[in-house]
Amino acid sequence: MSSGKSKNNTERWIATILLIIGGIIVSLPFIWMISSSFKPENEILQIPPTLIAENPTFQNYIDLFTNLNFGVYLRNTLIIVALSFVGLFFNAMAGYGFAKYHFKGKEKVFYLVLATMMIPGQVTMIPVYLLLNEMGLINTMAGIVLPGLAAAFSIFLFRMFMATIPTDLIEAARLDGAGEFYIFFRLIIPISKPIFAVQGILTFIAAWNSFLWPLIIANDESLYTLSVGLSLLKGQYANNFALQMAGAAFMVIPIIIIFSFFQKYIVEGFTTSGLK
Amino acid sequence: MLNQLLKGTVRNRHPFIFIAPALIILILFSLIPIMIAFVISFTDMDLKGLADWSNISFIGLQNYTTLLADTVFHKALFNTFFYVVIGVPLVIIFSLSIALLLNYGKTLIFTVFRAVYFMPAITNIIAVAVVWGFLYNTQYGLFNYVLSLADIDKVLWLEEPVMAKLSLIILAVWKGIGINMIIFLAALQGIPNSYYEAAKIDGAKRWQILFFITLPLLRYAIFFVTVTTLIGWLQFFEEPFIMTQGGPLDGTVSMALFIYQRGFQFSEFGYAAAGSFVLFIVIIIVTLLQFKLKKSDAEY
Repeated sequence: MSSGKSKNNTERWIATILLIIGGIIVSLPFIWMISSSFKPENEILQIPPTLIAENPTFQNYIDLFTNLNFGVYLRNTLIIVALSFVGLFFNAMAGYGFAKYHFKGKEKVFYLVLATMMIPGQVTMIPVYLLLNEMGLINTMAGIVLPGLAAAFSIFLFRMFMATIPTDLIEAARLDGAGEFYIFFRLIIPISKPIFAVQGILTFIAAWNSFLWPLIIANDESLYTLSVGLSLLKGQYANNFALQMAGAAFMVIPIIIIFSFFQKYIVEGFTTSGLK
Repeated sequence: MLNQLLKGTVRNRHPFIFIAPALIILILFSLIPIMIAFVISFTDMDLKGLADWSNISFIGLQNYTTLLADTVFHKALFNTFFYVVIGVPLVIIFSLSIALLLNYGKTLIFTVFRAVYFMPAITNIIAVAVVWGFLYNTQYGLFNYVLSLADIDKVLWLEEPVMAKLSLIILAVWKGIGINMIIFLAALQGIPNSYYEAAKIDGAKRWQILFFITLPLLRYAIFFVTVTTLIGWLQFFEEPFIMTQGGPLDGTVSMALFIYQRGFQFSEFGYAAAGSFVLFIVIIIVTLLQFKLKKSDAEY
């Protein structure tokens, strides 16, 4: 018995060591990005490279806002984040509608919603562009945000969660004279906090990272997001790696901070969404 | 009759009000577009057609026959196949191995490393491509510097078609491990301990437990990960788009990038739509094939 235990212990040690080595390799690009972003332009091309900047500087970050329009990009990205929360709310409403009401053809409509998950983005990319063009929404914020506002997957998760809320609770509220919307806002949303937390974080990450639609729809720089701005920066300042790294770090660090705060929720969110 | 129907709808209006906003958006930007894509794939829709619809004419299957003869499309098909065949197994092997390692313990260090391995999955793909572009840089990149310490010549990571494809795969595998690892980990933690104990009492060895208990019980997780990863890799796009723009010599063009380039750089909307339908059909066939393979597997 004791030999079995010590064998288990050795295995655990091997597993831990392997994890640490792998972890260092996986986080290397992050470490490199952050350390390089503080290097002055001459130090970054130095061979052998320095792991930690010898003359650390914030100049690269300042340049993002003074020489480039990262302030505008940041504003646009935050607008997209805010608007995508409206979409989150729509998804929650639809999830509730599917979970707690009965109407003719409900399941068929729901299957239709699920079917949209299987359509690859590349197929709808061109027709959606043409549609938005007909609506006159090219080069507008509405055109960037609208196509991604509803997500079948999110509706599916909201429905799954809200189906577990006891119907008796809703009936009781109805008997007390509460209207349907009052019930939704005052009863359903507070109960659904956990799913809102998970979906909220995922919505934030997706909106913060949004790239393809802003790239296609926005013709002028005043509508670019951080992602689009960063890809532009890579093209324009191809050899200024320090500036590129600062731009990348500026995009990645907020996500890492949010992630480390909400790690548990995010991981659990992916877990439940992955296995059901 | 119509009046009655209308009255009924008004009385039961609430579910529709709840569902309508999301449903309208989905219909408008997902279901209708797929029909439009199908129709315009038989036309010569381009910038002229965009300005005035009378400039659009039906050309039958011509877009599809042109695709069949288009050497760039052939390359895109081949490259996508290359990405999938090498990338998907790597993602599954790495994410499964890491999940198995992480499953050894629940102490703080394991939680921390779970986070570390997951981080690439949520970081912005453009930022990732920018950082990796620097790492891969022939002259100033970290990778070539590390190799030079071992006296290995400079590797042209992104300048040579096959190497460039492999470089993009390395980066995409790095980014793809996180989510799948979490799915495997959840599945692993769902396996009841009694199975392992029973196996130990029967004197099963470590590798026997792995191959005859753990892996078979992970069947559904593996299937799920394979299907979703395959669909994702068939749509490989951002990595070549940012890092190589499809070059060198179209050596990294994927099908998705081909569609984007045709549609938005050359404004050949009809042609791009035809390309996107080919991709769609490939995805459907591959997915159906997997479900079929799985069914035959379940009989055992």
